[in-house]
Amino acid sequence: MERILTRNVGKPSSQDIEVYLGGGGYKALEKALSMKPEDVIAEVKKSKLVGRGGAAFPTGLKWEFTRKESAQPKFIVCNGDEGEPGTFKDRIILLNDPHMLLEALVIAGYAIGTSQGFIYIRGEYYREIETVEKAIEQAKAKGYLGNNILGSNFSFNVQLYKGAGAYVCGEETALLESMEGNRGCPDCRPPFPVESGFLGKPTAVNNVETLCNIPAIMINGGDWYSRIGSPDSPGPKLFCLSGQVNKPGVYELPMGTTLQELIQNYGGGIKGEFKAALPGGVSSCLLTDLDVKLDYKSVARAGSMLGSGAVIVISKDTSIIDVAKNTIDFFAHESCGKCSVCREGTRRAREMLARFANGGGRLRELDLMVELGEVMYDTACCGLGQAAMNATTSAIKLFRGEFEQRLEK
Amino acid sequence: MKVGVWRTKVDEIMESRGKSKETLLPCLEVIQKACGHIPQEAITYLRENLDVPSIDIYGVITFYGMLTTEEQGKYVIRICDSLPCYLNKSDGVLGVIEKELGIEAGETSADRKFTLEVVPCLGLCDKAPAMMINDKIYGNLTEQSVKKIIDELNR
Amino acid sequence: MVTLMINGKQVTVLEGTSIMNAAKQAQIHIPHLCYLEGLEPEYHCRVCGVEIEGEPRLAPSCVRQVSEGMKVQTNSARVRRARRMIVELLLANHHIDCPTCERNQTCELLKLAFELGVKEIRFEGEKSHYELDETSPSIIRDLNKCVLCGRCVRVCHDVQTVSVLSLANRGLETKVATYMENGLGNVECTTCGQCILVCPVGAIKERSSVDEVWAALADPEKHVVVQEAPVMRASLGEELGLPAGTLVAGKMHAALRRLGFNTVFDTAFSADLTIMEEASELVKRVKEGGVLPQITSCSPGWVKFMEHFYPDLIPNMSTCKSPQQMLGALSKTYYAEKAGIDPAKIVSVSIMPCTAKKFEAQRPEMRDSGFQDVDYVLTTRELARMIKEAGIDFATLPDEPAEELMGLYSGAATIFGATGGVMEAALRTAYKLVTRRELEKIDIEPVRGLDGIKTAIVNVDGLEMKVAVAHGLGNARKLMDEVRAGKSPYHFIEIMTCPGGCAGGGGQPIGFNMALRGIRGQTLYSEDRQLPYRRSHDNPSIKKVYQDYLKEPLGEKSHHLLHTKYTKRKRV
Repeated sequence: MERILTRNVGKPSSQDIEVYLGGGGYKALEKALSMKPEDVIAEVKKSKLVGRGGAAFPTGLKWEFTRKESAQPKFIVCNGDEGEPGTFKDRIILLNDPHMLLEALVIAGYAIGTSQGFIYIRGEYYREIETVEKAIEQAKAKGYLGNNILGSNFSFNVQLYKGAGAYVCGEETALLESMEGNRGCPDCRPPFPVESGFLGKPTAVNNVETLCNIPAIMINGGDWYSRIGSPDSPGPKLFCLSGQVNKPGVYELPMGTTLQELIQNYGGGIKGEFKAALPGGVSSCLLTDLDVKLDYKSVARAGSMLGSGAVIVISKDTSIIDVAKNTIDFFAHESCGKCSVCREGTRRAREMLARFANGGGRLRELDLMVELGEVMYDTACCGLGQAAMNATTSAIKLFRGEFEQRLEK
Repeated sequence: MKVGVWRTKVDEIMESRGKSKETLLPCLEVIQKACGHIPQEAITYLRENLDVPSIDIYGVITFYGMLTTEEQGKYVIRICDSLPCYLNKSDGVLGVIEKELGIEAGETSADRKFTLEVVPCLGLCDKAPAMMINDKIYGNLTEQSVKKIIDELNR
Repeated sequence: MVTLMINGKQVTVLEGTSIMNAAKQAQIHIPHLCYLEGLEPEYHCRVCGVEIEGEPRLAPSCVRQVSEGMKVQTNSARVRRARRMIVELLLANHHIDCPTCERNQTCELLKLAFELGVKEIRFEGEKSHYELDETSPSIIRDLNKCVLCGRCVRVCHDVQTVSVLSLANRGLETKVATYMENGLGNVECTTCGQCILVCPVGAIKERSSVDEVWAALADPEKHVVVQEAPVMRASLGEELGLPAGTLVAGKMHAALRRLGFNTVFDTAFSADLTIMEEASELVKRVKEGGVLPQITSCSPGWVKFMEHFYPDLIPNMSTCKSPQQMLGALSKTYYAEKAGIDPAKIVSVSIMPCTAKKFEAQRPEMRDSGFQDVDYVLTTRELARMIKEAGIDFATLPDEPAEELMGLYSGAATIFGATGGVMEAALRTAYKLVTRRELEKIDIEPVRGLDGIKTAIVNVDGLEMKVAVAHGLGNARKLMDEVRAGKSPYHFIEIMTCPGGCAGGGGQPIGFNMALRGIRGQTLYSEDRQLPYRRSHDNPSIKKVYQDYLKEPLGEKSHHLLHTKYTKRKRV
C-alpha cells in the first residue's frame, strides 16, 4: 500500500512549507474551497472514514451534525492529547508533517462552517508544539491561514492549547473543559459536543490522524479511500507497535492487517514467546489470537477493541498479573476523580491486584473484579472508567490459572 | 526578577487571547515555565484579571500533572512507568535514578537540583524505556546509560 | 410535551425534563445521592443510573433528558446491582461511625445502604485519611466522611457566590479543598453554613458548644441566660417530631427552663430594639444626607461577606449590632443591674438557626459589656439534641412566656426570621418616626416571599422611600454591584445571608427545601397577625429599656452597647 499519512516522514525538512508545497501540499485545500461545504462533507462520508482516536465515530457524520446546528459560532478542535500508553502516532505526524494537519484543519473548518480552529497538544510534546507553532506562522505568511484564504471568502485561524499532563483530557468533553479553564473532567453525553461543545457551542473534535486522512480524500475522492483496507473500516491506519517486540515503531498499514503480520513482518518479531497483546493500548482487552485482523469489527468480534491502534505485545516471561496491575495503576492515577465508580473502583481494583501481585490474592476477588468491571462499564461517566477494568477482566478470563497460583495461603 | 518575567508573559497572552477563563490554562503554562511553579502572587493576579476564584485556579493547578504550586528542582525528571516502558524494564532504570540521587519518586533533592517524578505514558513507546528531563527526551535507556545521564547533570 | 415509558408506565412530561423528574411525576422514585433539587446536577455519584432500551450503558437520570418514545427501566436487576456496588464502594472509603455521628438520623448514605439492600461491603482496603478542618469558629469539615458529591462546592459557588470550596487534586487524591489547604477559617468563608445543610453525610457540621453549655448549666456559680432567634419558634418543632411550621414559642421557653437555664429571654425583644436603633439611624441618614442606601447588618454571614468582597461599602452598613449581640451586651449590663447579679457570673447563651452567629459572638468588637457579650451559640440542631438528651417530651410541654424584661416582643420582631421581615419591621417604625402616624398598610406584601430580590416603594409623607430585600449571597452581590457602581436607586436594603432568610439558616434542620423555608416564614407572619403589639415602638419592654437605661435611640449608651464597627478583610 502506498503510504498516505506517513508519506513525508523521513523527507529532509518535511516540516517546511516549501517542502510540503513541493510535494503537492495545500492542493486539497484549493480543491475543497472550490466545492460547496456540503459536498466536502459528502465526500468524507463516502470515504467511510471513522475517528482514529479510539471512538471510531464516522467523521463525515460528525461534520454533518455540526454543520446542521444553528448555533454560532462553531468550532473545530484537533485532539492532539494522545496519551494512551502505547500510542505515539500523532507525535510522528506533528513532528514531521504539521502542514498536512493544518491543511486538513482548514478544510474541516470550511466544511462545518467555522473560522476558528484549535489544536490541543499534550504539554509533554515540546518539540511537536514548537514544530506546529512554526508551521502555523509559515501557513499564515503564505495565506493558507488568516483572511480570505486562497482568494476565497473563507477565513480561518488556529489557536494552540497546550495540555498540562492529564491523560483524561484526551476524552473530547474533558478536552473542551480543559480549554475552558476548568478541571479536565468529562461531561455527561448527551448532549454531544457537536450540539453543545466548547463554550456550549457546536464543536467537532477530531483526532490528529483522523484529520490527516482528509487531504488525500479530497484529492482522490471518497470512493477511492473506501476501497483501501477492510470494507467496513477502510483506510490506512497508523499502527503503533510497542512492548516486547524488536522493532517498536509507527507502521502505516491497511486496516485489516493481522496481528501476526504486524509483529513479524514489520515489528521484527517478539522478544521471546508470544503471550498476549493489547490491540488498543491499556484500555483494551487482551488478545491471544495472532491471526486476528486489526480492524474495528474484527477486533471487536475477538472480544477486544482496536481503539487508537496502540498494539502492546506481551511475552511469556511477563506475569499477566503485573500487566493487569500496571494498567490499573495507570487508570487510578489518571482517573479525573469526579465519578464515584471510577475513582473508588480503580482504588479498590489496585489493592486487589496488588494482593495478587504479592502472592496474597483472594479467590472471591477474582469474580468481584469481573463484576466491578461490568458495573464500571455500565455506570462510569466516560471511556476511561468504562474501559479501566478491560485488561484486568480479560486477564482473569484468559489467564485465570496465573491468578490462582498467587492466592493467599 | 522572575516575577517580572511571568507578569509580562501573562499580560501578552491576555492581550492576544482575552481576559476570560478560557485563557487560564495558557496563562498557567507560561507561569509554570517561567518560575518552575505557580506562585501565589500569580494566582492572585489571575484571579483579578480573569475573574476566576482563587480556589478554582487552585483546583485546576492541582488537577494537572505538569502544574505545581510548589517549587520544583532545576531538573525535572519524568520517567515513564506505563506498560510499554514497564515491559522494557523501566523499573530497573528508576531504581538507578533513585539510588544516584538519593530521592524517591515524588521528591525533590535537598540541593533543589532534581525533582523525580514517575509519570504515565510520554508517547515515547518506540524508545522504551524512556524519560524526559525538562524538555529533553532520553530513550532506549539502560541502567548504565541512565547513570551516565544523571552523572553528567550532577557535575 | 414528550411521552415515554418508565417501568412500563406511560408518562407525559414537558420537553427538557430529566428522567428523574419525569419518574417523580409518575410516583417512581429513583435513588440518588449527589443530586439535590435546587442545585445543578453534576452526576458525580452515578447512583441514579437507569436502563434505556437500545443503549449499551446506564444513563444518569438526574441529568439525562427525556425523549419521545424512550423506554426506561429504573429498577431492573442490572440497575440494582450497579447501585448497590456504588454504595459499597463509597462505604469502603467512608469513616463509618454511625452510632456516634451527629447525622445518623439524616444521613443519606446510611439511608441508601439500607434501602438498596447493601448486605456487606466487599471492598476492603485503605481508607483516605484527612485531618479535620477546624480553622473556622463555626464550621468543622471532616473529609473522612466526604463522599465527593460536590454539593457543598455547588452551593458555595452557584448560590452563595462565595466560592471558597472546590475539588482539588485528581483521581484517588481528589478532595474538597480550600485555597492552598488553608482551611475555611483562613479564606473568605462567610460561615453561612449552607454547605452543612446540603451535605448528605456527616462531613460538614457546626462547631458544637453543647458540652460547654451543659457545663455552665451544671455550674452553681453561673447564672445562665438564654435568648432564642425569632425563627426558632417556627423551626425547633421540626427537629422534635412536630410538623414543619408548628409555632412552638411557648414550648421552647418551657424546654429551656427545664434544661436549667436560669433566665429565659427572647431575641425577638432585641429585634424590636434593633428596629428602634436602625429605623432611627435610617431616618437620620435620610434627613441629614448620610450615606445611602443604608444596608442592614444583623446577618453576620452577610457582614463577613461584605468585609471580604465589598469593604468599600462599609459606610453604607448600619452601625447597629444584630439582635443577638444587642441582647448579649444588655444581659451583662442592663439585666445584671436590674437583677443584682455580678456580670462576671453571667453566661450568655443564644439559640440560633445560624452558624455565622458563632463567628459573630467571638468577634473582638463584641465585648462592650466588659465581657464577651454572647458566650455560646447553639444551633437549632444542637438545642434539639440537648432537649432529647434531657429526656424532655417537647410536644407535651405547656406554653410559657419568656421573661418580660427582655422577652416581650412585637409581631414586627417575630417576622425577622423571614426574608423581608427586618425591612417590614423597620418601615413600620421608620414611618412613625418621620410622620408621627402609624403606617396603615401594616402588612407590606411586596417584601414578603421567596423571590431572590424584592423591591417596594413606601410613600412616607411625600418621600418615595425605595427599598430592596435580597436573600442568598448571590442575590446580595447583584444589589451590591449596583451600589458600588453608584447606580442603586434604594434608600434601604435588607440582606439576609441565607436563601429564605433565617428560616434557611445554616443551623436549621438539614435540607435545602425552599418550600419548607417558606413555610417556616409563613408561621412567623401568622404569629405577627395574632400578637397584641405589631410594631417595635409599641413594645412595653422596649419603652422600659429606653426609659430606665438607654435613654434614647442613637444616644450615648446605645452607641456604646448597641452599635459596632466593621473591618476590611483580605481576599485570598
